[in-house]
This record gives sequence, C-alpha cells and structure tokens, in this order.
Amino acid sequence: MEDVLFFIAAIGAVAGAMGVIAMRNPFYSVLALVCHLLSLAILFLLLEAQFVAAAQIVVYAGAVMVLYVFVVSYVGGQGDPVASVGPGLGLAGIALCVGLFVELSIALLGSGLHAIDTDGAKLGPGFGGPGQIGQLLLTKFLFPFEIASYLLLVAAVGAVVLARRRRGLDAPDEPAREPVAQLTAADLVRLPRTGTQAETVGLAQEEREGEGGW
Amino acid sequence: MTVAWYLVVSALIFCVGAGGVLVRRSPLVILLCLELMLNAGNLALIGFSRMTGTADGQVFAIIVMVVAACEVVVGLGIIVALYRRRLPIDVDRLRELSG
Repeated sequence: MEDVLFFIAAIGAVAGAMGVIAMRNPFYSVLALVCHLLSLAILFLLLEAQFVAAAQIVVYAGAVMVLYVFVVSYVGGQGDPVASVGPGLGLAGIALCVGLFVELSIALLGSGLHAIDTDGAKLGPGFGGPGQIGQLLLTKFLFPFEIASYLLLVAAVGAVVLARRRRGLDAPDEPAREPVAQLTAADLVRLPRTGTQAETVGLAQEEREGEGGW
Repeated sequence: MTVAWYLVVSALIFCVGAGGVLVRRSPLVILLCLELMLNAGNLALIGFSRMTGTADGQVFAIIVMVVAACEVVVGLGIIVALYRRRLPIDVDRLRELSG
C-alpha cells in the first residue's frame, strides 16, 4: 500500500514539474505547480512529516499560489513559446539537466551512507507532529526562527516598495491620470461642500463668490 | 520504500526545475521553476530527516519554505513593477544592466 502510494505521488510530482515547464500559458503552469505541491505533500506524509505536509498545503498550495494566480491574471498570460531560447540553447539546456541528474544520482546513491538503503531510523511517538516541531523551533532553533520573522518583515516591506506607483518615474507614453474623487473616511464627518475635493473642482470658490461674503 | 527512492525523486524534480530556468524566458515561469528546485531540496531534507530519525531536517525545511515565500513576494513585486513601466516581460530583452 505504501509503495503504491509512493509511486502515485512521485509520478504526480514529476509530472507536475514537467507540466510547469511544458505549458505555454503561465496560468496552466501555476495549476501544474499546485498539482506538484499536493503530490509532494503526500510524499512528506509518507516520510512521517505531518506538520510540514500540512504547512506545504496551507502555505504553498494555498497562499503562495493564490499570489501567483493574482499576478498572472494582472500581468496577463502572455504565453511565450516553449524552448524559445533557440534550438541550440534549448538542447544544451536539456543536455545539461540530464547530466546534472546523472551526477546527482551518482552522488546520492554512491554516498556510502549506510542508512540510505533502509526505511529509516526507528521513530519515537509524535515524530514530525506539531508538538515536536514547535518545541524544536522554540528551543534549539529559536535564533533561526526569529531571523525568519525579520526576513518576512523585510520581504513584505520590500514588495510594497517595489510594486508601488512611483511619481515621475512612469513611462512617458503613459497618460497622466485624471484626479479621481475618492470617498475617504474624512469625507463622512466633513461638512458638505467643503474640503480639498470641493476646492479642486471649484465648488467652494463659486459658492463663496456667489454669497458675496468677501 | 527506502530513503534512496525519495532522494532520486528529489534529484529528478531539481533537474526539471533547473532545466526550466535554462529553457523558459518568462520571469513568471522562471520563478515557478525556482519553487520547484526549492521543493526538491525540501524533499531531500525531509528524506534525510526520516533517515536519521531526528526532526531537525523538518525544521530546516520549514525555514526553506519561509525563504521561498519571501523570494516569491519580492520576485512578483519586481514583475508587477516591470509591467507598470511597460517593460517587456521577457528576461532576454531585459538587458539594461548587462552593459
């Protein structure tokens, strides 16, 4: 049973990976990556890593992939032809990664690790569960855990800085945007016909002149 | 299944991802292929964690997932900035820095 599940999940993972690079439309590539991640979560479960499998599904196949889908639909799925780098370079790339696979396999299988041909060490109860992972994160690996939180903060700030709309750096062919009247919270408490928006469209000025107050 | 099988699958996924980075030109797909390579590394880490019977490799895999999420966010931010400035979404034509 375990062997069957392993082969199903391994074939799914490799096929998903192939699909990512074979699909012409980036949107389908993202969907293939979701299949790949779900198969990989099954492999993690077979390796007794329950917490990592759950995090893989929730964080990767959930949150990160939603981000990808949003960006793909924002940028537009401009499909580029597969192996569009030219036939010579494409073949060279494929040959390189086949060579890399042979080399990695030789390195892994010939590594002389005694336990590599076993099913793994004997495990205690609760191995790979949230309890053990949480205990390790808060005791032995507390420093990497804190550094990871800073890394996430820096990445969030960096993404906002990168993707915001800059004034003066826009491409010259981009038409200047019309000022759009936006309703903010301050408009709800402000008296009608006052405030910056009213001045922009000249309403307040006209009214004051009409009243002849000054 | 022995641990060696998992490691071979991991090597295969890594090579597919590396091939994708070499072959494709769209930065979106290149980011997806980077994800593939990071996931192959995760699979190898968890396989070795199962082999030694300690959960340290799993903690390492979680940290790798954090780093991958950061990389995705910054990479997609760069792609959105490229799109806003009407630059081509093509790594072969973005060669302003290559001199």
